Amino acid sequence: MSTKTIGAAVKRKEDPRLITGEAKYLDDVQLTGMVYAAILRSPYAHAKIKRINTKKAREYPGVVAVYTGEDFKDLPALPCAWQAEAGRIKNNLNTPRVLEIDHVTHTGAGVAVVIADDRYTAEDALGLIEVDYQPLPVVVDAEKATQSGAPQIHENAPNNICMDWSCGDQDGTNAALKSSEVVVKQRLVNQRLIPNSMEARGCIAQYLPASEEFTVWMTSQTPHIMRLLMTAFVFGIPETKMRVVAPQVGGGFGSKIFLYPEYCLMAAIAKKTGKPIKWTETRRENYVSTTHGRDHITDIEVGAKKDGTITALKVKTLANLGGVLSTIAPGIPTTLYGRILSGAYKIPHIYCNVIGTYTNTGMVDAYRGAGRPEATYVIERAIDLVARELNMDPVEVRRKNFIQPNQFPYAPADNILAGLKYDSGDYDKALNKALEMVDYKNFRKEQEAARKQGRYLGIGLSTYIEICGAAPSAWIGVGPNGQGWGAAMWESANIRVHLTGKVILTIGTQSHGQGHETTMAQIVAEELGIPMEDIIVQLGDTLGTPFGYGTYASRSAAVGGTAVYNSAQKIKEKAKRLAAHLLEAAPEDMIFEGGRASVKGSPDKGKTIQELAGAAALAYSLPAGMEPFLDDITYYDPPECTYPFGTHICVVEVEKDTGQVKLLRYLSVDDVGKRINPLIVDGQIHGGIAQGVAQALWEGAVYDENGQLLSGSLMDYAVPKASFFPKFELGSTETPSPNNPLGVKGVGETGTIASTPAVVNAVVDALSPFGIKHLDMPLTPEKVWRAIKSA
Amino acid sequence: MTHTVSITVNDVTYEKEVEARQLLAHFLRDTLGLTGTNVGCDTSQCGSCTVLMDGVAVKSCTVLAVQADGSSITTIEGIASDGKLHPVQEAFWEKHGLQCGFCTPGMIITVVDLLKNNPRPTDEEIRHGLEGNLCRCTGYHNIVEAVKHAAAVMPAAEALPEAEPAHA
Repeated sequence: MSTKTIGAAVKRKEDPRLITGEAKYLDDVQLTGMVYAAILRSPYAHAKIKRINTKKAREYPGVVAVYTGEDFKDLPALPCAWQAEAGRIKNNLNTPRVLEIDHVTHTGAGVAVVIADDRYTAEDALGLIEVDYQPLPVVVDAEKATQSGAPQIHENAPNNICMDWSCGDQDGTNAALKSSEVVVKQRLVNQRLIPNSMEARGCIAQYLPASEEFTVWMTSQTPHIMRLLMTAFVFGIPETKMRVVAPQVGGGFGSKIFLYPEYCLMAAIAKKTGKPIKWTETRRENYVSTTHGRDHITDIEVGAKKDGTITALKVKTLANLGGVLSTIAPGIPTTLYGRILSGAYKIPHIYCNVIGTYTNTGMVDAYRGAGRPEATYVIERAIDLVARELNMDPVEVRRKNFIQPNQFPYAPADNILAGLKYDSGDYDKALNKALEMVDYKNFRKEQEAARKQGRYLGIGLSTYIEICGAAPSAWIGVGPNGQGWGAAMWESANIRVHLTGKVILTIGTQSHGQGHETTMAQIVAEELGIPMEDIIVQLGDTLGTPFGYGTYASRSAAVGGTAVYNSAQKIKEKAKRLAAHLLEAAPEDMIFEGGRASVKGSPDKGKTIQELAGAAALAYSLPAGMEPFLDDITYYDPPECTYPFGTHICVVEVEKDTGQVKLLRYLSVDDVGKRINPLIVDGQIHGGIAQGVAQALWEGAVYDENGQLLSGSLMDYAVPKASFFPKFELGSTETPSPNNPLGVKGVGETGTIASTPAVVNAVVDALSPFGIKHLDMPLTPEKVWRAIKSA
Repeated sequence: MTHTVSITVNDVTYEKEVEARQLLAHFLRDTLGLTGTNVGCDTSQCGSCTVLMDGVAVKSCTVLAVQADGSSITTIEGIASDGKLHPVQEAFWEKHGLQCGFCTPGMIITVVDLLKNNPRPTDEEIRHGLEGNLCRCTGYHNIVEAVKHAAAVMPAAEALPEAEPAHA
């Protein structure tokens, strides 16, 4: 009875309900007596609220209640759970309120709410609320916000600076740059993106007055954190008085990690009105009220020897955080960005300074990759800029600077990784495989021939690393050397093998498309030899699942999966002890293999896990001191992060007369450690590549000078379509992580982190005959055409 | 102002009073409780709400319930028959053509329509045919694979929808 499920391309267990329409997303949940909320949002990016008149809306037929910020004065502003303090200016805090009372700092900030019998009526009544705004001067650009004379958004943030954070060695880096044979300087703008999960956000809240208990359903990647933040930091009630349920969640990409005003608002209204209440975000609301990502203005200086050896990297970044801070906004452009700026390379001197700024724009927080795509863009563009400066092949510059396989564990220079070390890797192997797939040498010949015909082909590489599996709690959390995250980062898993041998696995991570119900079940199936169909995974509900920190940062397999694995080992140990007892053998003589505990050397003398589960549950004969039932739980805090790597290559043709970039090929070789389910792993890489390529070529949030979001709907923001992409060609290498027993590294963000610079490098390579060395994203036809024209 | 409509959904005919402005998507979801049809945007871009109306794929957020009076609608809940998944549903499962699943009902309905009109599409025709449906998870790669798989296993005739019931 051999079960090899880890590594098998198992079809997903969750799919039958998703392909039949049976799945229940937030908006599919209906409660008896439910009423509906619609939120009035500020049309101004920066204004004082002088007066709000809700009389007409209150009198509209079908309206249950109308509230403004004044009605929730007793609730504090939302918590910010990450404070970045490694710098000169301590992270100041300005966060949203459930409804703003007198000051709005971005369009889309909630100022009033209508509760009505149905959602059409609620929307109707919004138009009857009169708000008297006093518009204030607006600034949307992070650089302009810090200049003298800029409008001041918050009293406690002079020059609109939220924080001034740095890592690495400033003096050493400056000295190394001074003595470098060449120094390349470049400004790189990493534009703001809008996550656009296909399901927007939503929330249903119910309050039971006799028991004083809330139940809050929400579109969340992190139900346990949501309950913690809402109870401890907003409502000031015990955690036992609230249950948070994340039903089927339709994508998140980071944007559903956070505590948003609407979730607290609905809970507060459910208590006020005594009615269950639903709020579902419209797509237009999603554009202005859900978090955005990226938005960095970065100046780099990179030093090198003439042979291509990188000698120093200095990075200065302005990170636009929006009008108010989202839940972990300060952590994204600091720890998750600056600390991985060494990339796959031995860079002897690194310094990074980040200034986080407030502007009159929507909140910016984690978006797929969260800081690591921005860092990877910096370093992978820097390598290409050096290659161009030295007239070297970018492949050779990469090879020259790679960290070598025998140098792991590797600590990047100047302690920029704050004590952590890269786990394992063979960067050259992935690079070589990718070069072979694309037939690099031949491509360069084709490119040259094409140029002679007036055709502009380009190839771009990204030999990335990423940091996944966040993270050791002592490193990231509240300890004396912690990074500022206000909690821990362990993960949990409880395996219960019921009397019939069927397993219920409950976990603290929360799938929103990743397929945890399959991947986690595969770990149990592999370890306990129980068929996949006999294992059910429950998640997303604080009632019935152990506390966990949720799903983001490519951590669910490396941290959550290890918790599952460890629980399975505990179950095995107990099963062996019980089998020994039942077989009258010595416990130390027992082995567990293929779903069976047997006596070493006597394979016929054994008991199946199902038999043992029954015996443990019926408890008719247990060894002295053994508790009934096969049930165990693990809280796993990883000793280290994990470090996936690989090479992505993009081949483009730029149409000279139109500036159109045509994607000819896109291929990747990703090393994500051990692959539990290759089908799911490849799917994650495909989706990640699509989002990263989209940043390079099409997507970008655009604000006008008044702070109006011009790219504020799916008509105006370029979420890519199927016809935009070629097929993706995927290869892999497999270097297990030594940091967890599964050897997994993580894959959720790999594609997004790696792909963006590969595409930009390819386009710039195609444009090199025009003398173009850099273009900022998105590389739209107009931008490319103008660059060619002015070259 | 309400109107009486008679709409056949998944072979069941419903007579309902609807507001003139009610969208077909909300009629299906809120009035009939068929929540498999998802609403992902408000500008008719995403295609999550795609259903078959008299055998043709339409975005149900862009059709008023009163416009569907007398029509026959097929939603994701109605495409499996006799407890057997439709080959397009099977193909999405087999090829991992979905992740979060939110766009999937609309995507599957669109593919049913696409294969009806073009039972053996090329990759390019598939990608073009999916232009009205957005997916943020898969990068479309495995959706294209799923469509190809469905096309390969479906006899050309099976891709045709069942005979349309006479209008009420």
